[in-house]
Amino acid sequence: MEDLLEILRDLHPEVDFETCDTLIDDKILDSFDIVSIIAEINDCFDVTITAEKITPQNFNSAEALYALIQELEDEE
Amino acid sequence: MQNHVLDYMDQIVAVKPDKIAFANDKEALTFAQVYGQSRAVGTFLHSQGVYKKPVVVFMNKHPREIAAFFGVIAAGDFYVPIDEEMPASRIQLILENVQAEVLICDAGTREATEKFDYHGKVVLYDDICLTTVDDDALWDIRSRAIDTDPIYIVFTSGSTGVPKGVAACHRSVIDYIEQLSEVLEFDGDTVFGNQTPLYFDACLKELYPTLKFGATTYLIPRELFLFPVKLVEFLNDHGINTLCWVVSALTMISAFGTFRTVVPKHLRTVAFGSEVFPIKQFAAWRAVLPQARFVNLYGPTEGTGMCCYYRVDRDFAPGEAIPIGRPFRNTEIILLNEKNERAGQGETGEICIRGTSLTLGYYNNFEKTKEVFVQNPLNTAYPELIYRTGDLGRYNERGELMFVSRKDYQIKHMGHRIELGEIEANANMVEGLRLSGCIYDDIKGKIVLYYVGNVEEKDLAAALREKLPRYMVPNRMVRLEQMPLTANGKIDRVNLKQSYQGGGGTLK
Repeated sequence: MEDLLEILRDLHPEVDFETCDTLIDDKILDSFDIVSIIAEINDCFDVTITAEKITPQNFNSAEALYALIQELEDEE
Repeated sequence: MQNHVLDYMDQIVAVKPDKIAFANDKEALTFAQVYGQSRAVGTFLHSQGVYKKPVVVFMNKHPREIAAFFGVIAAGDFYVPIDEEMPASRIQLILENVQAEVLICDAGTREATEKFDYHGKVVLYDDICLTTVDDDALWDIRSRAIDTDPIYIVFTSGSTGVPKGVAACHRSVIDYIEQLSEVLEFDGDTVFGNQTPLYFDACLKELYPTLKFGATTYLIPRELFLFPVKLVEFLNDHGINTLCWVVSALTMISAFGTFRTVVPKHLRTVAFGSEVFPIKQFAAWRAVLPQARFVNLYGPTEGTGMCCYYRVDRDFAPGEAIPIGRPFRNTEIILLNEKNERAGQGETGEICIRGTSLTLGYYNNFEKTKEVFVQNPLNTAYPELIYRTGDLGRYNERGELMFVSRKDYQIKHMGHRIELGEIEANANMVEGLRLSGCIYDDIKGKIVLYYVGNVEEKDLAAALREKLPRYMVPNRMVRLEQMPLTANGKIDRVNLKQSYQGGGGTLK
């Protein structure tokens, strides 16, 4: 989780990712961020987030995103 | 002879008044509605005595914003689009440059207008679009129109930190729309899916052909570009068959394997440009749309929009570049070498544009205009302007024009044209920062800023976020003890780039 938070904080130092659960709803993340996050997660966790997993629900909070990473890790 | 862009609208409203012209995911305007509202806006501006003047349009991206643009033109004025995506400091510079008497806003942007130091009149679109149309006044304005009068000003990155406003006229826009429509084969059945913002020239590709042919344009909600599956579903649901997008929006879809889940059903034309299309991604698009025509477009804002095209007619190997091809009809590309002579066979030269598609130049900035809108050096007999793009090109063995590189420090990043100098100029204004040097990693597509000074990386990032548009904020910031300088004391970007490529981002 700490690795993920670091990736997110690099993009938006001003956001408290441990509590924020409206990253998409409040338009905090934009398409630049999504592309960067997916690339960084791929590098860091060695999992591939494919198109059908790129949904507002999965990116709305760090927690949801971390759950997605774990789900993908379990599949592999 | 057509001498006015709104002639397109007058003709189509008589034929297809009830067809949807512009829509988003929630609302649509028919041609009759666009016509009626734009004439109301035009009448209002006329009643305010605003004629041949810039009018700022600060609205959320919406079909009504487009009607506002046409309304400004109907009044004999020219529109200056600004947007909440732009940082406040940039909007302020634009307002100072154009000195508009009227700013049109909507309910969503009204509050934001109060933050600016602006002394003109602020009016609400929803109020002024109810003005009773004065046909006689609008007819009189139209009858006095000259096709070299400006119709809009859009702002592009300037290396000194001040954006430059490119002003375009009826004539250049009509020329562009006619040539582009021929190349991309638009018609009355065309359904555009607009991706690009309305505050750049890129959206001309959809706005005016929609009027010309009675086509339909859907403004795709910004947030869909975060979610590729939903994005493709949107295209399918609305029967969108034509895309003119930046490459990064297209690769966003293909790179995440979207086509395994959903495939675009109706697309027949995919035009792209503004940056290199990685061949692997391009091949994925072609594989899923074997019947569609793919066209690479090239052109600077100063040439109204696009000036060259290449219809893809063969396969490309990974790493190979897709040509920018050949100029549109009625435009000439002159490659000038360093001696200001026509470049020879296979020789690299600066891409210069000659023709009606040249814009009027930079608004309120004769100095910058004169630097790049210059007398054609090949013509010593009469005045003739060409635009020097600063892009270097050469012809390949097939006779196709290839983009080689930039002469200066301008880059293309996520489809946006950026002067690295503008990023540095803004960084240098941050308190505690002494010196900065910006480079672009064109392989990974990242902007990297090196700096010297007493500022933390994250504070610098926060400061730059307030000054620069999102796409210009560096992806990486690296603090240095000392900035490498060239012999004559300038920042040594070559050295910065070499050490960056050497890995780690630290300098030896």
